[in-house]
Amino acid sequence: MIADTLTQVLAGNALITAFLFVGILVWISYFLSERLTSGRVHGSAIAIALGLVIAYVGGSYTGGSRGIADLSLFAGVAVMGGAMFRDFAIIATAFGAHLDELKKAGLVGGISVVLGVVLSFSVGAGMAVAFGYTDAVSISTIGAGAATYIVGPVTGTALGADSDVIALSVAAGLTKSILVMIGTPLVAARVGLDDAYSAMVYGGLMGTTSGVAAGLAATDPKLVPYGAMTATFYTGVGCLLAPSVLFLTVRTLTQATL
Amino acid sequence: MVVYGVALLSFCMLVGVFAGDLLGQMIGVEANVGGVGVAMLLLILLSNLHDHGLKMSAPTQSGINFWNAMYIPIVVAMAAKQNVVAALSSGWLAIAAGTAAVVASFVLVPVMARLGRARDR
Repeated sequence: MIADTLTQVLAGNALITAFLFVGILVWISYFLSERLTSGRVHGSAIAIALGLVIAYVGGSYTGGSRGIADLSLFAGVAVMGGAMFRDFAIIATAFGAHLDELKKAGLVGGISVVLGVVLSFSVGAGMAVAFGYTDAVSISTIGAGAATYIVGPVTGTALGADSDVIALSVAAGLTKSILVMIGTPLVAARVGLDDAYSAMVYGGLMGTTSGVAAGLAATDPKLVPYGAMTATFYTGVGCLLAPSVLFLTVRTLTQATL
Repeated sequence: MVVYGVALLSFCMLVGVFAGDLLGQMIGVEANVGGVGVAMLLLILLSNLHDHGLKMSAPTQSGINFWNAMYIPIVVAMAAKQNVVAALSSGWLAIAAGTAAVVASFVLVPVMARLGRARDR
């Protein structure tokens, strides 16, 4: 009776349960950060990595697509970590950002977005070719997925790709966003990601809003608004370029070689 | 009042997302183009109006700062709801394509930053 009632209370107040759950998770992470690494590995980096592990465990247990949130007890995590709250919090980080910094890197940030889309698309398309794909539609869809997991299905649907190729493009985009979350704090120093200027370039090149959001949070939260600012244009630019110019280029190249 | 800050933040987000959706439709893509970026710019502009006699009180600011501080917890929740299983179980092509894109992009970060700074000078 007690267990049933408790489950009911937790599941019935899903968002509040998520606040408590994430609070405990963050507390554990900062504890581990201090005790095990004496603060060298950011608490937030550990929290994000733990979150991904928990998502894996939840996903393999339920077979669902929303990580731990597919367990009814933790359904609120999907609301708290959903696009609505994520965007709301990202916008709030702009409070205190400096307009001058944004202006300074505005142009190079914009160029980075276009370059980032073309680069990720090309690398992803190249991998598709290396794995034996020869038709322009599949190659372009997988290349688009390497941009973000939204550009992939949008492009695949527009070009009429097979559903398993579209699923593959989503998985490529997911891999990218997860790797950006984990990898950013590890390589930040090596690629000189330490000020507003480089953060805008980084956000434009990476483009995955969730990856950039988590990657910068784990590196230096002060950089978040600058990286997020450019990243937020990436998916739109990708949806514009991938099914049009980039697809036509791929089609021309495949026709030339076959 | 705290709610003024929260309302201002909501106003910025709704205006930005609306603008991003319109922009997406105008250029004919099924995506929001830069909506969050527009919202951020709007918030920065509005919060800099204090030079023009529109000063935000401390409680109003705390309504925005609360959400600023909730950013990392929200990102942790976002990580916990990712489809990690799908990313890891869909085979080597997806992992190779995603990984190669990330590595290539990271390599370009210092290159682009250096080129940009050189041009500025």
